[in-house]
Amino acid sequence: MSENNHAGVTRRDFLELGLKSAAAGVVLAPGVMLYSAAEARPADEPASSKVRWGMLIDTSKCASGCDACVTACEKENGWGGPNSNEKHSNALQKSQWIRKVELRNVDTGATSSLPMMCQHCANPPCVDVCPTGASMKRADGIVLVDRHICIGCRYCMMACPYKARSFVHEELENQSVNAPRGKGCVEACTFCVHKLDRGDGTTACAEACNADGHKAILVGDLKDPNSEIAQTVAKYATTQIRAELGLNTGMRYQGI
Amino acid sequence: MKKPLFTQIEGGKGFYSLLVLLGAFILAALGSVYYMEHNGHWVTGMNNQIVWGMPHVFAIFLIVAASGALNVASIGSVFGKKMYKPLAPLSGLLAIALLVGGLMVLVLDLGRPDRLLVAMTHYNFKSIFAWNIILYNGFLAIVAVYLWTMMEKRMNRYTTVAGFAAFFWRLILTTGTGSIFGFLVAREAYNAALLAPMFVIMSFAFGLAFFMLVLFAIYKWSGRPLGDGVVQRLKNLLGVFIGAVLYFVLVYHLTNLYITERHGVEAFILRDGGIYTTLFWVGQIVIGSLLPLVLFYHPTLGKNRNLIGFGALLVILGGLAQLYVLLIGGQAYPLEIFSGYEVLHGFNEGMINSYTPTGWEISLGLGGVAFALALVAVAIKVLRFMPQSLADDAVDVHH
Repeated sequence: MSENNHAGVTRRDFLELGLKSAAAGVVLAPGVMLYSAAEARPADEPASSKVRWGMLIDTSKCASGCDACVTACEKENGWGGPNSNEKHSNALQKSQWIRKVELRNVDTGATSSLPMMCQHCANPPCVDVCPTGASMKRADGIVLVDRHICIGCRYCMMACPYKARSFVHEELENQSVNAPRGKGCVEACTFCVHKLDRGDGTTACAEACNADGHKAILVGDLKDPNSEIAQTVAKYATTQIRAELGLNTGMRYQGI
Repeated sequence: MKKPLFTQIEGGKGFYSLLVLLGAFILAALGSVYYMEHNGHWVTGMNNQIVWGMPHVFAIFLIVAASGALNVASIGSVFGKKMYKPLAPLSGLLAIALLVGGLMVLVLDLGRPDRLLVAMTHYNFKSIFAWNIILYNGFLAIVAVYLWTMMEKRMNRYTTVAGFAAFFWRLILTTGTGSIFGFLVAREAYNAALLAPMFVIMSFAFGLAFFMLVLFAIYKWSGRPLGDGVVQRLKNLLGVFIGAVLYFVLVYHLTNLYITERHGVEAFILRDGGIYTTLFWVGQIVIGSLLPLVLFYHPTLGKNRNLIGFGALLVILGGLAQLYVLLIGGQAYPLEIFSGYEVLHGFNEGMINSYTPTGWEISLGLGGVAFALALVAVAIKVLRFMPQSLADDAVDVHH
């Protein structure tokens, strides 16, 4: 079955990779990696509700026309791109885990640019409506789809206020080991859960944005008062998209 | 009034030809399913913007009509109207058949129909969809018991109790179906408590229209007498139901027209939506509602049985149009994600989403209808569902 295709990566390789990258993180960026959430979590330990993963996106730093975050996500998770493994699907049928949006304020004319993806709600409508419980929220706030019990009914896509989810319209080959995908199932941004679980403390999109020098995406633990993200949202006005729905999103925006 | 005599219908060339015809539709549907599931949904008109397409229109229509088809039996058992009692077995049978047909379409359009067992064993009780799975299965079981109490003499004394149970269950079931949309906060066309009772009243109309067509066909093709008394009573009732649906549609749109936030979606459905606007005004309102009302209540046309049957057919077509507008139109209208902003560039942000159903999807939907009709045809051939006569002197048309 396509979703079980892990391309020959053993558990040992996977863990080693995780440990190495965590160690690298400490050497390269000691200031960032000091935070407790950024430690590798043992595989037999469940995600903790003491952590709430969040992202703060500063639209004033997000460059118009730049799609480094989208490209990085495609590469990390094995969807989209010029060599998309969705060979038959048309543009509207292909998966889109993250997208860049350019906005203009109707009153003032001010423009802003931002990435949109799963907002990792604390009260996610997709989880509410899922008949089998395949749509689920981890204790640390990450919203995921369990590809083993997703029946492909697409009710979560009807329910998502952010159009964040995609349905896989065809058989897939050459998948990324980071994110198994499957025909007939629904998928979305995983908050790079594989990276967080091995202690990277960040996501592919944030890394790419930083590498390009924009630094528009800040990843961290909203519940840790010492984290940069918690301190920033405590200091500056930030918004949640469609905040009126009361979903308490993990994705926060500055500048819109 | 003597007790009606229930008998099997006789088979014949016509009967078997009908089965062959329905079988062809069912086979075509299964072929389409194989093609769609083998390739994946990229061969359909569906995409990540319009995620529920033509199969859902048919499936939801059949499920809604199923609960409505049971009304005829309920009027007899629950409300004690004698005229409806001889019609009750067919009413229960049609209810089961339509539900099975609808569920067939719904399940076969899943991304992973092979995981039906997962859906039956994993329940998220906050999901109205999960509740619906329980409600559908319960409906099949309760109506089966209800039919048993009607058709087995020793069980007759339980018919009223079973009838009440089935009536309440069907109201809950259609409330559940309407709430699939009513509970959706994301989209402006849905997210309204009114949708649940509106679906209940739609079920009254669609189910009765289906029942009348099937009844007329059975009595015509089996050469059994069907009196004008029954036909006129059913026709008048359907007229009332059409009016009630129109009332709910009016309240739904008036509410949305009052709420500024929803002006966009209203303008889309009522004025600027192209195919959806046409389907609403021409399909749902004129062909599906006003024309049948004229046919039913016109002093001379309203007496012509063929025209009454035609009117019932129009109600069904109007119902399909109504669900198409609600389901597809509701998804075609873009989500209002960035309030107060205009989207300059994005991934289909703020754009009307397009959907063109493919033949595969239509074939699957028609297959569900054919399967329901084939079930009815076979059942009335092997079991005693149909009264020998529904002539005016054989039924109590005044009660």
